[in-house]
Amino acid sequence: MLTVSVYRYNPDIDYEPYMQDFSFDDEGKDMMVLDVLEKLKVIDPTLVFRRSCREGVCGSDGVNISGKNGLACITPLSEAVRDNKLVIRPLPGLPVVRDLVIDMTQFYAQYEKIKPYMMNDSVPPEKERLQSQEDRAKLDGLYECILCACCSTACPSFWWNPDKFIGPSGLLQAYRFLADSRDTGTKERLTDLQDPFSVFRCHGIMNCVQVCPKGLNPTKAIGHIRSMLVKDSL
Amino acid sequence: MSKVRKVEFDAVIVGGGGSGMRAALQLAQSGYKTAVITKVFPTRSHTVSAQGGITCAIASEDPNDQWEWHMYDTVKGSDYIGDQEAIEYMCQTGPQAVFEVEHMGLPFSRNESGRIYQRPFGGQSKDFGNGGQAARTCAAADRTGHALLHTLYQGNLKNKTVFLTEWFAVDIVKSDDASVAGVIAINIESGETVFVASKATVFATGGAGRIYASTTNAHICTGDGIGMALRAGYPVQDIEMWQFHPTGIHGAGTLVTEGCRGEGGYLINKDGERFMERYAPNAKDLAGRDVVARSMVLEILEGRGCGKDGDHVYLKLDHLGEETLNAKLPGILELSRTFAHADPVREPIPVVPTCHYMMGGIPTNVDGQALTLDSEGNDKVIDGFFACGEAACVSVHGANRLGGNSLLDLIVFGRASGLFIENQLKEGISHKSVSNDDIEQGMNRLNKINNSKSGEKAPVLRSELQTIMQNYFGVFRRGDYMKKGIHKLNDLKARVENVHLEDKSSAFNTARIEALELQNLFETAYATAVAAEGRTESRGAHAREDFQERDDDNWLCHSIYMPGKREIGKRAVNMTLKTMKPFEPKVRTY
Repeated sequence: MLTVSVYRYNPDIDYEPYMQDFSFDDEGKDMMVLDVLEKLKVIDPTLVFRRSCREGVCGSDGVNISGKNGLACITPLSEAVRDNKLVIRPLPGLPVVRDLVIDMTQFYAQYEKIKPYMMNDSVPPEKERLQSQEDRAKLDGLYECILCACCSTACPSFWWNPDKFIGPSGLLQAYRFLADSRDTGTKERLTDLQDPFSVFRCHGIMNCVQVCPKGLNPTKAIGHIRSMLVKDSL
Repeated sequence: MSKVRKVEFDAVIVGGGGSGMRAALQLAQSGYKTAVITKVFPTRSHTVSAQGGITCAIASEDPNDQWEWHMYDTVKGSDYIGDQEAIEYMCQTGPQAVFEVEHMGLPFSRNESGRIYQRPFGGQSKDFGNGGQAARTCAAADRTGHALLHTLYQGNLKNKTVFLTEWFAVDIVKSDDASVAGVIAINIESGETVFVASKATVFATGGAGRIYASTTNAHICTGDGIGMALRAGYPVQDIEMWQFHPTGIHGAGTLVTEGCRGEGGYLINKDGERFMERYAPNAKDLAGRDVVARSMVLEILEGRGCGKDGDHVYLKLDHLGEETLNAKLPGILELSRTFAHADPVREPIPVVPTCHYMMGGIPTNVDGQALTLDSEGNDKVIDGFFACGEAACVSVHGANRLGGNSLLDLIVFGRASGLFIENQLKEGISHKSVSNDDIEQGMNRLNKINNSKSGEKAPVLRSELQTIMQNYFGVFRRGDYMKKGIHKLNDLKARVENVHLEDKSSAFNTARIEALELQNLFETAYATAVAAEGRTESRGAHAREDFQERDDDNWLCHSIYMPGKREIGKRAVNMTLKTMKPFEPKVRTY
């Protein structure tokens, strides 16, 4: 038997949050943390968490698993259980709505701030805009972000300034458009980021890289943006 | 006055996946007050899981490619009950729809000339089946759905679409003239119930793969639109047609794209034999999905399955080389390593046919207008009601969908619905008149669940339902088995209606949502069962052991399931084309 300790808070009835321990039979299988949560929900239907694709592509079930942010659906027990104990908490740093569900408004607001859409005012050709394989390769490692917020909620700079620092996820997306040969908004994008907080609050702590469930590297992207900003201001 | 708060929009789209966001984009761009009700944040919708690509004759890989060839393949793939008018529209309009999302920034993979990369997929041919395998599926590596969904969300952000995120549509509110006036919806976070009134209501609610125990579909694919439509008394079409994707990962059910076989992978049995050569000598592993899935099940039934229980086969990719796999199928490497504990670079992936796609749905015309039948059996437009995407049956997939045609369906008919509603709004349609009684009708089900004092838990009933569907309505079907299955569903019916919600709290109560979803699953499953038992032939994905042949004399038609009578009728297949003569039914071989 495994002890699964889960963060509980229901604003309708709880004065304050608490950790609830469940005793759980993993049947000797290396199941995913999401499978554990689903089974616990059958026992206790009041347990609340987000989930959708269950294969690591939708980004719904980012939670803090035994101290590390990750997706419940692709984290096997073998990676998460220590001393026969699994601890599941909501992603840190953002307000808790209920149990493992956080209010992601601020995270999404930072994403929207970087204007996450193609800027190109030229009349589009009848067919597609051409892009060389080399230029397209520059988007690899950027466009795959699933907006799960594992990175931004692992970032001390984001905890400190969630309203002013874009955070690793948003900046990765900012660079995804800066790096796209089809996008002509570079000047506008860099001007928007040219303040002491949006980009420069990143101190290269690299928690984002460590936790990204898709293996992406926001710190590297932020480095590229910094270089572009410096060049732009010269 | 009713106690329920009311919010009003010109157009409301229920569902924030590919087709819903494409429809919303069209309307938001033209300045109409548009809202998307979505039970998950839009980029968590199931479109995100689509891998292989968008099939479309953009003539990038083959400069001579023609949309008419794509149309031929799609009609043949549908086993001739796809509406040819709709297929013509989709294949002809497709290139424009694909170029639009490219212009919006979709990061397609590229070929050497910088055009969109296209890969071969199942059921594709050149020159109306005479020119060999085509390569027509436009891809962003093996993450095309993710790339498409994020691009559409970004486009909607740019155009200021209103998103009612983490709101759940409960039921349709019908006006006194039987048109659709909007929906009752719950704000999941607060628990508040709201009447969302709209001049045009679009159901883009996706599929319902969760009616089966083993599915590639996300947890959220619960047939909410189908449930709501049936409860409102509207019919569904061809709902017996469920696609089993040949390659779901054994045990986990997660999808492995057909693009694997498009890139040169193939299936083997326990003897290492490439068995598809026996079943489909020409197309081999790239035959229609229904054909491949059945062949796999036969291999397993005849004792040539792999593993200690002999209950799956292998998908072999290692001969493609690590470099190709990393470039073309990076997501598959991740999924296989995580869920099958198999590294495709070195070893084959254990796979088994897994429920994947609902070909049937709410019948519509090419403008997305939802249809019902009048007393004489003629098509009748339901005023104010639209559907697109997997929830709709327009019908471009007929009895079997071709790989890559679902993403095309989403953007072509999401767009078409948006364009049509835009014109209607320009001409000046108004909100429907609604009485308090009409709103109460829409609240009935929710009230019953909220007031439930006894009964069974939703997850328990759900799992029972999924087992029944898996056992009695799977890849191969038989009349007496299906009758038994329907009998079991009849026993389950009252228990599902009386599902018990123990947790009555308001904030982010997902138990409430799961109880509501369970009833939608049940409606979809029941319609599937009745239609499957009623169609006494084998066609496309519907394979009966007791009626093994296609029966064009009696069944070259749609099935229409009428919820009131709980029985099926027939509706003619549309064969009126604008540009050419229709394709006549032929024996379907690959």
